[in-house]
Amino acid sequence: MHIKTFVAVAVGLGLVTLSACGSTDAKGSADTRTVTLVSHNSWSVSKSVIKDFEKQSGYKVRVLEDGDAGQAVNKAILTKDNPQGDVLFGVDNTLLSRALDNGLFQPYEAKGLDKVGAQYQLDKDEHRVTPVDYGDICVNYDKAYFARHKLAPPQSFADLAKPAYKDLLVTENAATSSPGLGFLLGSAAQFGDGGGWQDYWKKLKANGVKVVDSWDQAYRQEFSGSSEGKKAGGDRPLVVSYASSPPAEVIYAEKRPAAAPTGVATGTCFRQIEFAGLLGNAGNTKGGKAFLDFLVSRQFQEDMPLNMFVYPVVQGAKVPADFTKYGPAAEHPENMAPAEIADHRDQWVKSWTSLVLK
Amino acid sequence: MALPVAFFALFFAWPVAAIVTRGLKVDGVWRLGRILDVVTQPDIRHVLWFTTWQALASTALTLLLALPAAYVFARLDFPGRQLLRAVVTVPFVLPTVVAGSAFLALVGHNGLLDELWGVRLDTTVWAILLAHVFFNYAVVVRTVGGLWSQLDPRQVEAARMLGASPSAAWRKVTLPALAPAVAAAALMVFLFTFTSFGVVQILGGPTFSTLEVEIYRQTTDVFDLSTAAVLTLLQFAAVGAILAVHAWTVRRRETALRLVDPNTTARRPRGAGQWALLAGVLGTVALLLVLPLAVLVRRSFESPGLGSYRALTDADGGTFLVAPVTAVWTSLQYAVAATAIAVVIGGLAAAALARRDAGRLVRSFDALLMLPLGVSAVTVGFGFLIALDEPPLDLRQSWILVPLAQALVGAPFVVRTMLPVLRAVDARLREAAAVLGASPWRVWREVDLPMVRRALLVAAGFAFAVSLGEFGATVFIARPDNPTLPVAVARLLSRPGEVNYGQAMALSTILMVVCAAALLVLERLRTDRTGEF
Repeated sequence: MHIKTFVAVAVGLGLVTLSACGSTDAKGSADTRTVTLVSHNSWSVSKSVIKDFEKQSGYKVRVLEDGDAGQAVNKAILTKDNPQGDVLFGVDNTLLSRALDNGLFQPYEAKGLDKVGAQYQLDKDEHRVTPVDYGDICVNYDKAYFARHKLAPPQSFADLAKPAYKDLLVTENAATSSPGLGFLLGSAAQFGDGGGWQDYWKKLKANGVKVVDSWDQAYRQEFSGSSEGKKAGGDRPLVVSYASSPPAEVIYAEKRPAAAPTGVATGTCFRQIEFAGLLGNAGNTKGGKAFLDFLVSRQFQEDMPLNMFVYPVVQGAKVPADFTKYGPAAEHPENMAPAEIADHRDQWVKSWTSLVLK
Repeated sequence: MALPVAFFALFFAWPVAAIVTRGLKVDGVWRLGRILDVVTQPDIRHVLWFTTWQALASTALTLLLALPAAYVFARLDFPGRQLLRAVVTVPFVLPTVVAGSAFLALVGHNGLLDELWGVRLDTTVWAILLAHVFFNYAVVVRTVGGLWSQLDPRQVEAARMLGASPSAAWRKVTLPALAPAVAAAALMVFLFTFTSFGVVQILGGPTFSTLEVEIYRQTTDVFDLSTAAVLTLLQFAAVGAILAVHAWTVRRRETALRLVDPNTTARRPRGAGQWALLAGVLGTVALLLVLPLAVLVRRSFESPGLGSYRALTDADGGTFLVAPVTAVWTSLQYAVAATAIAVVIGGLAAAALARRDAGRLVRSFDALLMLPLGVSAVTVGFGFLIALDEPPLDLRQSWILVPLAQALVGAPFVVRTMLPVLRAVDARLREAAAVLGASPWRVWREVDLPMVRRALLVAAGFAFAVSLGEFGATVFIARPDNPTLPVAVARLLSRPGEVNYGQAMALSTILMVVCAAALLVLERLRTDRTGEF
């Protein structure tokens, strides 16, 4: 028995030593020359722009992409005592309350925040998060399909439930995808709670709405209007995507068309604002702060639209001509106060799941 | 015994308890009322119902298709039998993501059936059921076939001689002897399909959800930890019950039969009936097991000039910080470490369990060792993240975390493989050696080790293959910049575009080749009584 106890202790000690070794070669935690950004999968920036930041600040940028926006936030909450990086980018207004209530971020007022429009500053008293971009989640339509069928594309939430558009719409799971959740919240803002949006979704379901797990799947496989969707044999001419998707179709096309192949149903939009924040126990606080300054700098803000297909929040930042030409911003997107989202989100997602998926 | 107990307490019981506690204890007060709340929710009841019925259906379908194969492998002698035995076992040790993607390539959007006839089965329950058969075919063939080949054929001959009809001989002689093995196999299949994660996640779409998938969704997507905790407890209870019944059938099987050398019982097929049976089994294996794997391999070679394989070495693809091919190296390192841990822990546990004077307490540990196989891997992975975060055991930054989680799944296989062999070692040999003055260490080295060496290698091989393919826990604790093979495959699959898809197929093929190689080596090493797998 003594020998066995000894063995157990020895193994325990061995593991401790191993863990000690492990943490020294784990990057990011104690390294002050590197700043680590944790983001969802859609992070993108021009190489020259990030090089400029590295040269000016002296920090090397390391990016960890960690799943969908929701998953990145949840995992950051789980590991908040010992975070994977210094800055988290990609918390949007639909998930903001979850991140803030769980104490994910430490306050920092980024340099240049005064130039950010007040309507985007949802945490302006404490500055735990910094607004970075905004966009609109809207239904996109395949122009060719509607021309072929001599059908007017839908314009509003209510249109989508009409028999003329039966079996045409594909959307994302509101529990696993942020555009899916945005679309649900948009419908809730339009029709109200307590029967309103629930009835609307019952109608949508009866009208043959298809639900898939992610935006990638919906837009690039099921939607007939996107270039990848066409190749994959997608057969749904309506998809929940972004107001900026049509310009993306033009800019990424092999041969640039005169007009975008897809359009936006402008009465189906929900405004999404994305934030970044300095993680609570960041290893490199200084580097993280410098990176947040960079995110609201004019250079990054003007580079962003063509990389991530979102709009800048800094006043005066120029948006490329192609961007506005092929995809005008939604006129009256639905909005919802973060407090209201916080109060209802989980319950709504739950009832939506039972209503639409089960 | 102390070491395995400490290991399971520290790396299994504690993390699972921590996560359940975090979900159910709010502000220091236990919220046990949540259990009732959750269980009575209609959508949770729906999940429970689906989990149970798809497991029952999968088990029935697997038995239906695999029992004839068990007979063929046990009783018929045909060329290539040994190779085929290895082939049917490949799916069992394949990671669920790979199997899932193989089926997607067969029945999914733009899959083979879609191209040929426009048939799509993904997001239908059929894809899930077929994938479950694909996986568990080997469990039935190996468990039932292994016993069948050792049943003395003379018993049936004697019955026939005494005037029993073939069906009466089957009913009264063969079936009763086989029943415990069939029951054990069925329970294992039920256990694996009841806790199915990767297959349902990939093939099921948002509509279908087993308990395990629901635990994952509640944890990572909905972030409702208390519901996840309740579901974990439910799964725990169900798995415990299945294992208890399983242990009972194993005990019955160990005691009741007189067995013969399996090499003497197989004969060349005779008569139209046996040839038809053989052809049917070969056809099933080709369609259900080989075809998906072949489609997967073909897809990986589709882009011109090995494009998918070359893309694997390109770090600029953007999905990871590193070139996907480094995941192969990462996986191999993790799997070797996990195998070492599993063999030490599982071996010590088996040695303790095999002792004649092992008490009731020790023997009940036998069933406990199997629990990690059935408890939500997501729960374990998540538990690791929140339980092992304080010095002296802050392992979350450490690479050892992944092998530890994989070893939890590997250790039960080591125990199941080693235990029957160790039990067969005559205790009097050890006693004699001890009387003659050998130290306990020397007794182990010179008596036990030579007899169990082959079993040890087989156990290590299984632990290696299982660790290599472990997905549920690894996906949660592997750092984004250091993915293992299955994690990398899953991540590539979740991204759109031909390039990513091709890379996923190429990585899956690599993984499959490594698993198959390990398995063929095992098949050569196999002794006639190396446990159940």
